[in-house]
Amino acid sequence: MQDSLALKVNDFALKLANVNGTGSASANSLLMQAIFRMGIPVSGKNLFPSNIQGLPTWYEIRVNKDGHTARTAEYDLMVAMNAETYARDVKEVRAGGWVLHDSSWPLDKSLLRPDVTFLGVPYAQLCNEAFVDSRERTLMKNICYVGTLAALLCIDMDVVSGMLKEKFAKKPALMESNKRAIQLGYDYAVQHFECPLPLRLKKMDATKDSILIDGNTATALGCVYAGATVAGWYPITPSTSVLDAFKGFCERFRTDKATGERRYCILQAEDELAAIGMVIGASWMGARSFTSTSGPGISLMNELIGLAYYAEIPTVIVDVQRVGPSTGMPTRTQQGDILLCAYASHGDTKHILLFPANPGECFHFAVNAFDLAERFQTPVFILSDLDIGMNDWVVPRLEWDDTYRPDRGHVLSKEDLERMPKFHRYSPEDELGVAARTLPGVHAKGSFFTRGSGHNKLGGYTEIPDEYQEVMDRLARKHKASRNHVPSAVIERLKGSTIGIVTLGGCDLAVRESLEQLKSRGVRADYMRVRGFPFGDDVQAFLDAHEQLFIVEQNRDAQLRTLITLETRTPKEKLYSVLAYGGFPLQAAQVVQGVLSQITPRLADSERE
Amino acid sequence: MSYIKKPVARHPSLKPNTLGLTLRDYEGAMSTLCAGCGHDSITAAIVRALYELDTPPHMLAKLSGIGCSSKTPTYFVSGSHGFNSAHGRMPAIATGASAANRELTYIGVSGDGDSLSIGLGQMVHAIRRNVKMLYVIENNGVYGLTKGQFSASADVGSKSKKGEANTQAPLDPVMLALDIGATFVARSFSGDKAQLVPILKAGLRHDGFALVDVISPCVTFNDHEGSTKSYKHTRKHQLPILEADFVPFAAEITADYPEGAAHSVKMHDGSMVRFRKVAADYDPTDRANVASYLREHQRAGEVPTGLLYLDESSEDMHRAAKTVKTPLTRLTHEELCPGNAALRKLQEAFR
Ligand SMILES: Cc1ncc(C[n+]2csc(CCOP(=O)(O)OP(=O)(O)O)c2C)c(N)n1
Ligand code: SF4
Ligand SMILES: [Mg+2]
Repeated sequence: MQDSLALKVNDFALKLANVNGTGSASANSLLMQAIFRMGIPVSGKNLFPSNIQGLPTWYEIRVNKDGHTARTAEYDLMVAMNAETYARDVKEVRAGGWVLHDSSWPLDKSLLRPDVTFLGVPYAQLCNEAFVDSRERTLMKNICYVGTLAALLCIDMDVVSGMLKEKFAKKPALMESNKRAIQLGYDYAVQHFECPLPLRLKKMDATKDSILIDGNTATALGCVYAGATVAGWYPITPSTSVLDAFKGFCERFRTDKATGERRYCILQAEDELAAIGMVIGASWMGARSFTSTSGPGISLMNELIGLAYYAEIPTVIVDVQRVGPSTGMPTRTQQGDILLCAYASHGDTKHILLFPANPGECFHFAVNAFDLAERFQTPVFILSDLDIGMNDWVVPRLEWDDTYRPDRGHVLSKEDLERMPKFHRYSPEDELGVAARTLPGVHAKGSFFTRGSGHNKLGGYTEIPDEYQEVMDRLARKHKASRNHVPSAVIERLKGSTIGIVTLGGCDLAVRESLEQLKSRGVRADYMRVRGFPFGDDVQAFLDAHEQLFIVEQNRDAQLRTLITLETRTPKEKLYSVLAYGGFPLQAAQVVQGVLSQITPRLADSERE
Repeated sequence: MSYIKKPVARHPSLKPNTLGLTLRDYEGAMSTLCAGCGHDSITAAIVRALYELDTPPHMLAKLSGIGCSSKTPTYFVSGSHGFNSAHGRMPAIATGASAANRELTYIGVSGDGDSLSIGLGQMVHAIRRNVKMLYVIENNGVYGLTKGQFSASADVGSKSKKGEANTQAPLDPVMLALDIGATFVARSFSGDKAQLVPILKAGLRHDGFALVDVISPCVTFNDHEGSTKSYKHTRKHQLPILEADFVPFAAEITADYPEGAAHSVKMHDGSMVRFRKVAADYDPTDRANVASYLREHQRAGEVPTGLLYLDESSEDMHRAAKTVKTPLTRLTHEELCPGNAALRKLQEAFR
């Protein structure tokens, strides 16, 4: 049991239990944003149901001065605003922690725990007295607890009122109610509890060069900056906000103020089969084009992904992964589409995959994806996930290099074609195995017939084995050649290390945190986060250099491990899996446990070596 | 195998069009379809329509799905850009292509299987979006390429080659298109080139989605006694209910007004469609009238043909989407990328 009096400054976690659709989301993000503005590293995870109104929903906030903001289930404080889930919420607080609850009604005695402190505030009562409208009463209960927390945790009230001013600049009445609600909650706490608690926020200077952004917004921004003009999509959680954001940015940056003309075209398709078809058609014409979806959409797109692969049409596909199989848990996170995307479609197909770990990488990888798709004339997947895509993250401010020019790959201009005796689509190939393409409408000599049926290296229809194989072999060479063009792995070596930990995407923060915890237990590990597929030579070298490797990922079937065993020379016997796939973001504790339970004893005590 | 009929040496079509191209320049590779297949006649009509419209070959995009019909883009205009895609998925690919580059002329060629079964969803949504393209369904009542299964356009009672009668109600692309707001709806017969060519020309100039359903008999699997999509049956029951003349813009001033022109519709580029020999109670610009007229005559076992409905006033996909006139593919990086200063400013809101 932790000592409830031990002071925890900028290092604790709280969980807020709410009812979906009651406005808790804005209260909770207000809280997180206030902490961010105080300069303290923070994360906010929305654990929400697949529902519009009525079901339980949770929000977790973790502050950590050292930047360890992966999810943790060690809650110091529970804000229990949902009577329906009191029982399990109260159980989850760590011993020595606190429960803040609505005391308008007496708390069921059986829920009380001797090892936690209960702080009751009659929110419903306070708000019923202060507000008239019933919807407002509900909404303001949530804002009211922000005030209490400000008192309990030392949230800077100047920061909070500054935020309210910005948020409600155009709605003074709303600002008034919000201010009043916050003050109510604050005053009640000061009058009834010993404020602040030993959980304290103290201003830092760690976030001044950072922004708060979710991955989907960042991905959309990357697509705008890369020059994407056509998007085909079909709504699906958790990827819908990619297109919402893309539309918003295009309205802002790509709409002619005088004429209203748009330098983009967004097509809401009838389904994902059509969405990917639109992207292929637009890319065939030479536009940068993309679609954004989640697992079920990828399943539907499979046939045409193979067409894009075989006909060599650049295609950018964003997959914001959620929990499968089937409909699965649409509002929960997973990394379950790795193998699906790597080999999407029938026949021999292999694709380029990018694995962003945070919104910052979403932005930059979106740009990379278009460059790679055009350089290699092939589909490229950005494998984000719900946690990255829909939660706000603190990331360094995005920077754009104004000297960037899109890599359009091998495209013949009108002048090139003018000079050529004859153009053939699939030969000659360059050192990457890529042949020049032409864009329709540029020059009469550039015409050719694009087809998903068997073709030879001149682009002609064929059913002759050698001619068919010749093209397929080049496609394999081309895919292999892309391995050192995808973003390189992030590798960090630790002196005296005995094992390697390999991970990808959104596992990053939890695994990094686990490295420190393992070290404090005598286990030193090197770290590698792969950021692209096919695996580069750097990945192979890291795998070669370790006797025992732990592959940490968020799916049941060890998909990254499988991909490594299939696509590298590393024997699978030395690859151990650490898996978390329940749908909530990974925690460091899960990694530590997974490593310690499987580590070869000889390697377990690296301090002694 | 059959050859598309090459014109004899002194044929007037060797006369160059305004681009200096002859009819031959609009031909494609040798057809590999069965001799006598209706699809080859449609190909020939497409060749003629494009030649007569002076279409620059490299400004033409021809797309198709999968099927015997979908193979035919290879057989016309070698100098254009072809895309033989996947079964039933051509409409979306054409939609994306047209979104990216609105300057090209788009032709989609499909079959009754490709458009009415696997691709029905994509076809109707392309109609709803009013994508500017000529969309030809080469309708033979069967899946030719997979050897003669009934398609969704087979009539109730129509017999397969083995004598089995179809029991499911047919999907009629013309009635369907009318119902969901198509702006150009035509039906023709592969054996009636005189009717088909002007329809295709009008469709190519239409400012939106032009659906042309062409009865196109499959000589190998659906041209026997008892089939309602055979040459014989179609010849016997075809009811040309109006004739359409397509008058290009340049010729418009000098053209003789044909006899009995009941309606004329001005196309967006200034050319005209003139309807002739129209039944007194038929109005090709009145959707409800067209639908009830067709329903009545089809119930009587007739196959009404012609440019059946035309609405030149509605917005195509680009106008509805307010896209710039310049094709998106031609916009420069500077016109698309907001740059670092804008990014900095934007991020003030992410604090
Ligand atoms: C996904 C998929 N399913 C099935 C097929 C097999 N297939 C090829 S063509 C065809 C039917 C074509 O019929 P239609 O469009 O009427 O063309 P026709 O050959 O009659 O001109 C089918 C079912 C395929 N190519 N792809
Ligand atoms: S099978 Fe039928 S549709 Fe196919 S080419 Fe032969 S005649 Fe034409
Ligand atoms: Mg057919």
